[in-house]
Parts: sequence; structure tokens; C-alpha cells
Amino acid sequence: MLQLDRLVLEEPGFRLEADLTLPKGARCAVLGPSGAGKSTLLNAIAGFVAPHSGRILWDGAEIGDLPPGQRPVTILFQDQNLFPHLTVERNLALGLSPDGRLDDAARARIVEALERTGLAGLGGRRPGQLSGGQQGRAALARALLRARPLLLLDEPFAALGPALKAEMLALVRAVAEETGATVLMVTHDPQDARRLEGLTMLVAEGRAHPPMPTEALFADPPPALSAYLGTG
Amino acid sequence: MAGRIGTLRPPVGAALVAALLGAMTLGTVAVVALHAGAAMPGAADWAAVRFTVTQAALSAVISGLLAVPVARALARRRFAGRGALITLMGAPFLLPVIVAVLGLLAIFGRAGVMNDGLAALGLPRLSIYGLHGVVLAHVFLNLPLATRMLLLGWQAIPAERFRLAQSLDLTPGAQFRHLEAPMLQATLPGAMLTVFTICLASFAVALTLGGGPAATTVELAIYQALRFDFAPGRAATLAMLQFALCLTALALGWSLIRDTGFGTGLGRRVEMPAPGGWRKGMDVAAITLAAGFLMLPLGALVIRGLTGMDDLPGGMWAATLRSVLVALATTVLVTGAALVLALAAGRRAAGHRLFDAAATLPLAASSLVIGTGLFLALRGVASPSAMALPVTIAVNATLALPYAYRLLLPEARALHQGHDRLAQALGLTRWARFRLVTLPCLARPLGFGAGITAALSMGDLGVITLFAAENNATLPLFIHGLMGSYRMEAAAAAALILMGISFALFALFDGIGRHASA
Repeated sequence: MLQLDRLVLEEPGFRLEADLTLPKGARCAVLGPSGAGKSTLLNAIAGFVAPHSGRILWDGAEIGDLPPGQRPVTILFQDQNLFPHLTVERNLALGLSPDGRLDDAARARIVEALERTGLAGLGGRRPGQLSGGQQGRAALARALLRARPLLLLDEPFAALGPALKAEMLALVRAVAEETGATVLMVTHDPQDARRLEGLTMLVAEGRAHPPMPTEALFADPPPALSAYLGTG
Repeated sequence: MAGRIGTLRPPVGAALVAALLGAMTLGTVAVVALHAGAAMPGAADWAAVRFTVTQAALSAVISGLLAVPVARALARRRFAGRGALITLMGAPFLLPVIVAVLGLLAIFGRAGVMNDGLAALGLPRLSIYGLHGVVLAHVFLNLPLATRMLLLGWQAIPAERFRLAQSLDLTPGAQFRHLEAPMLQATLPGAMLTVFTICLASFAVALTLGGGPAATTVELAIYQALRFDFAPGRAATLAMLQFALCLTALALGWSLIRDTGFGTGLGRRVEMPAPGGWRKGMDVAAITLAAGFLMLPLGALVIRGLTGMDDLPGGMWAATLRSVLVALATTVLVTGAALVLALAAGRRAAGHRLFDAAATLPLAASSLVIGTGLFLALRGVASPSAMALPVTIAVNATLALPYAYRLLLPEARALHQGHDRLAQALGLTRWARFRLVTLPCLARPLGFGAGITAALSMGDLGVITLFAAENNATLPLFIHGLMGSYRMEAAAAAALILMGISFALFALFDGIGRHASA
């Protein structure tokens, strides 16, 4: 269970409060207008932004003091998710061990992860030789190998077309099911939230609202969501 | 404020390097200052100051003004060998000064090509020694640098401006007034000030082509005071004068003298109209004369050196080995120190402004001032001769560091911005991060910086003159000794070997960097 306990994030001209819990294994879209603090919230959970006050807990243990790499978290950024000068295989090896060791056991697991994500045979390529969709798959393959309990997605598929994006979301669901991960995915597209088939957390007007089942939320949107969707 | 977490790691290594640099630059000056009160500057010392400023100003103005037509021609003309010529313009920076001097002597010296020509015409021979010789050598060494800096300026003019000028049908004169003159106003002072600063602290040229009451620079006077008069007090006073000169130049141009314009893509041709007629003739003349001025002395040196090859004096190979070891040790020190500083500055670690200042300070330092400080501080500890090579390595490393650092800094910044987040998210170990991310991404500027450092250190003829004895001379000092005993052909042959090793070291490290680059 992810718990944000009276968490406050502050930057000049920006403030976001969050006091909520997300059950283990949930898939939750983070929806809201740009500038509301969706990315900042994910970066705080991942350890790249220090909270002003409050606590971040995973399964009851505080993780807010851990360096990013030691949190129970895998995060995919909007871009720069792969080292461009390393092969896909090397990039994936970094998900298996932080010293980048690449032995036979690691190779076998990487081959398997590549097959699972539809990248069989592409381990020797560099990210620049892959399409945008394939790069997303490679990043998800590494998430599969890391198998951290929390998977944070900061719009990594924003640059993809609708069909590719749907494919990626299906793969996210598959990876999450396989690893049992709890997913938080930033998006500004209500369609993405629906495709995730889970919960939606609205981030607007300085507050991260507690997650609600997506369909129920859209069926009876609160004023802040109506304003965002333009249906109010 | 929701601060970035990753910047909190204290930069211990960078602080240590910055402290060492501070000790080598400001610390040695403090030692000098303690000893300087003993002797007030005399008439000869003030004459040295006047000569130093005069030759540096003349060298700067002549280099700057000659660079304008050359850079302009290179900017707007396209011809076979243009790229090679621009690359060649980078070479004098790596060329050991004593090699350049021997090349100039082969053309303009007493037995040089020019004087032979004058004699054949029944005219008196001209002497290269004195003010005009010093200025000639400085222009030879710095005209390419000034040209490259101005060429950068021309390339920085947006292509749209030239297109606009063409669509308005501006005459070449009007185009010069409206586009090129403002650019020159912005870049020419910086180029001249850079050359001025380099020439203020130039020692080897004055040592070989200057001398005597009328042509002694402050650096040369320091050397004479320590080496011949054994007057440490007077040397300290002179060193304070030299420091004041350098400090003034640095204060004038702290922001101007940093960018020496290598490493950037100079190959691109400026999208600038290339007018025909007499203007084309002027451009051809500028390029031909500049290329001739730069290549003929080295060509003459090669011919003279090849004839001297069968008469290589004993002791030369030992001196060569010492020089190579000094160059390699300097390169290791500089590459490590520059990397540590650039990584700390690149991630904006605490104190990064101080690190940046520490890495810039040596640009205003002079070999002989640092040498005097070390000489005074260490004279009770060991004999000068025993310290010669370690001191030379330390001083060479200090003086070469700014170049290696400036090459790394932009790349280190890009590396941090591009990959720091991901490396942290994956929790990479320090070693894995260094081996898999830092090294492959920085290999190219690291190799290039190491190459420059190795070449500069290989050819250095500065502080070694204060400390070395006959039995532990480096190759440049050994060549200077040959010149002193008028064995010019042997000197030319040894200079040829020195030049070959300097360029080979540069090519080696630069090649390693390119090869290892991601």
C-alpha cells in the first residue's frame, strides 16, 4: 500500500498537498491540467523532489529518506529512459544489478524479457536504432526485470500515436500483472485513464484527490474534473 | 522549496583539487610576496616591465589586425585544403615554442634563407634578436589563435542576416559596416587581450630571441636573477611585478579570455556572399601569405633538421625520455583533476563557482612566478636539481588544467542534464556509473584535453630552466643548450624529434578518446 501522509510539495509559485492511500496492486491514472503538479508528485515518490513536509510510506515503512535507486520504485520519464550509448542488452542489465554486471544468467533473463515485450533479437541495437514504440518497450522490459513494487509512468508514451499508445498501455497492464506492481501513470488524456482499467487520481487546484474507480468518477465527475474535461 | 535531492553529495575531490590549484597559484604568490620586500625594483626592472608590456601589446595588435583579413577570407571562401588549413591553424598552440623559434631562425636568422637572400643582393644582414624578433615569434605563434577566434565570430553571425543583406542588395562595404564591424567590435578586443595575456607571460621566446638590457622581459629577468645572480629577493620583487601585470590583464578580461575556440566546429563555411574582383584577389593574398608565414619556417626547420639527423648529440635520448615521462605524468594529473572539477561544476555541486574560478586562475599565472614561489618555499627542503622534474610536472599540470577543464565543462553539464536522473533512478553504483556512463560520454573531450596537455607539457620550456642541472634537462632545455653552443643543425634535428613526439602524443590521446567515445 502506498500512503502519502499529509504530503506537501512546494516550489516558488506552486504548492501541492496530498493525503491519500493507494491499495497494493492498483493501477491508477493521475489526471489533471498541465502545471497542476502531476510530474512533481511522481518525482517526489521516486525521490527526485524533496517534500516540504509530510511522509511517503510503502507498506507502512517510510521511504522518503531513501535515495532514488533504493526506493521500491521504477520510474519511466517522458524521455531519456535509456542510455543512448549503450546497447539495449546493456541498458537492461542495469535493471538487473546496479553495477551493470552482464553474466550468462543475466543474459538469459534479458533474452526472456525482450521476448515478453516483443523485442526478441534486438538486444544488440542501440536505442537510436529503435523506433519510439520499441524504445518504450525496452524501458518496460527493464521495469519487468527490476520488478519493483511501484511502477511510476510520467507520460513516457506521450509522443506515440494513438494505436501505439494503446499497445503500450496493454503492455503496462501485462507487466504490472506479472510483477504484481502498483502502477501510477501520469496522463492528460481521459482515454488513457479508461484504458488502464483501474483507478483515477485527480490532481488539480493544489490538491491530489484520493483515487476513485475511473468509470464511476467519469460518470459523476466532481466540479474540478468537470472543469478539466470541459463538460462542466 | 521542493529541492533537488541529488545535488547534496559534498564534492570532496573537487574541493581538494581546487585547494591544490589555489596553493599553486595564489599560494606561491603569497610566498613570493613575503620575500619581495627585500629589494625595491630598480631602473633595469622597470625597463623589463616596459619591454614586457610593449612586446605583448605589439604582438596582440599585430596578431589581431592580421587575423581579420585571414579569418574573413577563410569564412567566405571555399577551396581545396581549406579544412586542412583550419586544422593547421590549431597546430601552433601545440607546437613547442623552441621548435617555432628554430623554424623562424631557419628563415629569418643570421644564416637563414632571408639573410642569405639579402646577402646575395649585396644588402646587409638583419638580426632577428631583440624586440622585432620577439614580436615576430609571438605573431607566428598567436596569429592562428586570433584567426580561429575571429572565425568563430564570423560563424556566429546568423545566416538570415547575410540573406537579408543580400535581399537588400547591400554593397560589400555596407555589409561590413552593418554585420561584420559590430561582430569585430565584440570579438577583436577579446582576441587581442587573449594574445596580450599569453605574451605577457611568455618566457621561452624572450629566452631565445630576447636578452640584453633592451629586450628583457620580466619573466626573463626573474630567470636571470635566480639562475645567474642568485638574488632571490630581487627575483621575488620581479615576480610580484609579473603577477601584477597578469592580474591586471585578467581583471580586464576575466570573461573575455576564457574561450580559445578549439573543439568547436570550425569547418562550417559561413553563408556569406563571396564577392569577386579585387576582393577575391585580397582574400587569395591573405590566405596565401598566412599559410606561407606559418608553413615556411617549419618547412625550413624540417630540411635543416634532416641534415642534422646523423649528428644527434649524446644525452639527447635521456632528455627525450625525461620529457616523455614528464608529459605523461602531467597528463594523468590534469585529466583526473579536470574531470573531477568538471563533474562537480557540471552538477552544480556546492561551491561550483569556486571550482570554476580555481580552474580559471591558472590562465593568468606565469610559469616563472609559480616557479619562483616554489623555489623559495622548497629551497631548504631539497636541492633545486632534485626537485626539477616534480616541480615541472606540478607547474605544467597547473598551467594546462584550464584548457582541459574548459573542454570538459559543457559536456559534463550535458551529461548531468541528460543522464543523472536515470542513473539515480536505477541506483547505479559509482563504479558502474563511471565505467558505463561517464567515461563513454566524456571520452572525446577527455582524450582531446589529454592530447593538448601532453603536447604542451612535452614542449614546455619554462620553470624547468630554474631548477634543472645539466644531468636532468628535458628535451626543450637540452635543445636550448645546443642553441647556446651554436650547434644549430643538431638543435634543429632534436627540435624535429621534439615536434614529432609532441604531435604524436596529441594524436595518441585524441585517438584514444575518439575510439572510446560512445
